[in-house]
Amino acid sequence: MKTSTTSYKVRQFLLFGGVTTFVFCAVVIVPFLYGLYLTFTSWDGVSKEKPFVALANYATTFADSAYWQALGRTLVYSAIAVVLVNALAFFLAYMLTSGVKGQNFFRAGFFVPNLIGGIVLGYVWKFVFNRAFVAVGEKLNIGVLSDSWLATTNGALLCLIIVSVWQYAGYMMLIYVAGFMSVSEDVLEAARIDGCTGTQTLVHISVPLMASSFVQCLFLTITRCFMVYDVNLSLTNGEPFNSSVLAAMHVYNQAFKYKNYGAGQAEAVVLFAVCAIVGVLQVSIGKKAEVEA
Amino acid sequence: MDMNEKAAKGKKIRHAVKLIVLVLLFLCFIFPFVLVVINVFKTKGDITSNPLALIGAHGFTFKNFPEAIRKMNFGSAFINSFIITVFSTVITILLSSMTAFLMVRNKWKVNGILFGLMIASMVIPFQVLMIPLVSLYGGWLGILNHRATLIFMHVGFSLSMATFMFHGAIHTNVPVSLEEAATIDGCTRWQTYWKIVFPLLKPTIATVAIIDAMAFWNDYLLPSLVLGRKELYTLPIATQAFYGTYSTDMGLVMAALLLAMLPILILYLFLQRYIVEGVTAGAVK
Repeated sequence: MKTSTTSYKVRQFLLFGGVTTFVFCAVVIVPFLYGLYLTFTSWDGVSKEKPFVALANYATTFADSAYWQALGRTLVYSAIAVVLVNALAFFLAYMLTSGVKGQNFFRAGFFVPNLIGGIVLGYVWKFVFNRAFVAVGEKLNIGVLSDSWLATTNGALLCLIIVSVWQYAGYMMLIYVAGFMSVSEDVLEAARIDGCTGTQTLVHISVPLMASSFVQCLFLTITRCFMVYDVNLSLTNGEPFNSSVLAAMHVYNQAFKYKNYGAGQAEAVVLFAVCAIVGVLQVSIGKKAEVEA
Repeated sequence: MDMNEKAAKGKKIRHAVKLIVLVLLFLCFIFPFVLVVINVFKTKGDITSNPLALIGAHGFTFKNFPEAIRKMNFGSAFINSFIITVFSTVITILLSSMTAFLMVRNKWKVNGILFGLMIASMVIPFQVLMIPLVSLYGGWLGILNHRATLIFMHVGFSLSMATFMFHGAIHTNVPVSLEEAATIDGCTRWQTYWKIVFPLLKPTIATVAIIDAMAFWNDYLLPSLVLGRKELYTLPIATQAFYGTYSTDMGLVMAALLLAMLPILILYLFLQRYIVEGVTAGAVK
């Protein structure tokens, strides 16, 4: 056969992988490298000139207190949201694999928020926070509710957390459900015969065997929370007084609103580095837990 | 006997408690949607005076719908979203499955490098790429404001994940012996792929189609950067633009939000099982 000649290989590669390679490079690889180059220029987005400024953009990034505030806010928001999303999702999955009536209906129902885009969800919740909660507060004379939470600095961040938990819990629930179902019936039966209570079985058998579900859910929620933009834009738009601008929105504004493309790109690269470090740490710690279990 | 009865009773109570907790949580989950549905049939004044009432003081009204449909260009936004989602999804599946086949069956160095790059690229957040993308495709090539450009980019961003999933599926589910038999029967690699391998990938195709189509349909940031002209707006961009202009008329806003949600909710009613299974399968990989 002529399957080992170079010309055969080239033809096969171009036939099956040529277009893929081209599109992938054109959309991901080239822009990524070009983006790194942009961080060394002070391009304004319009002019043909891209003056070389060496590390000035990175210096600006490290000196930009608004950026670090946004990043810190994103860390706080992500930490709280990730814990709550996973706690709720795990709880739902536990309940919905215990043979309750209408399991499938509930599973499908809790997933619904994931079907809808962040822009629409944000506006729906804006209505809930601004009108419905306030109306309930006025009717029942509950002081905490009678002013919109979106109008206060900490309240806006809290609203973002609530919406994120509501949005992602159903998705993560499905992954945990799959995890629960992958624990073999034999092992559970053996534990029961040995006299384990329900809680003991859950903590000592199911949870360790589901370690990979936890790794996966944590990775997904962390990356999503870190990069959230849509809901941030529609729900709070950074208001009030820029107190709810998360990192992704700060990068967007820096580049497209204030036309500091080079600085915006440098901030995006730093964000990427932070995100990558967190991701790698989390996965490697998770993998260790998996091996030990 | 008595013990057994007690245990059975305890189990029943626990089940009832679980069911009540679930129903309460479920009501919390759908509360925002219910709120939109009850307010969409009210006048603007009725919504402001009492957003919680089932029916407004001025009774039912359908007036919000036609006005919202017209003002947000629902028809054209829906068609744009539909075209972009369908083409992006189909092209992604065709390209990524072909490439995955190439990679699994030929252990060439170039394949290894491409696959490695794809896996590594999955951790790159979109924010890192959006500025260079706009600069390259807008400033240098000048091809923004075309649906085809957006489809091209959607495909480029989703190829890595899709190739990865097909790679796994071909590796575990497609027996090499089938392909060898086809080769002996005179099939070329191209024919073998389309006649033997591709049909065997149906479950993975469904998973990738569901995950990617949902992502394309709902994506906002990339489309908003690529499509700046009103007649090219997708549903999320149209919703955002509409809210910016008519945010004071809550009746219209409710109608627009419901309209933006309806297509995918209706689809979910019919394909619910497949969507839930697809998402689970995609996530576990």
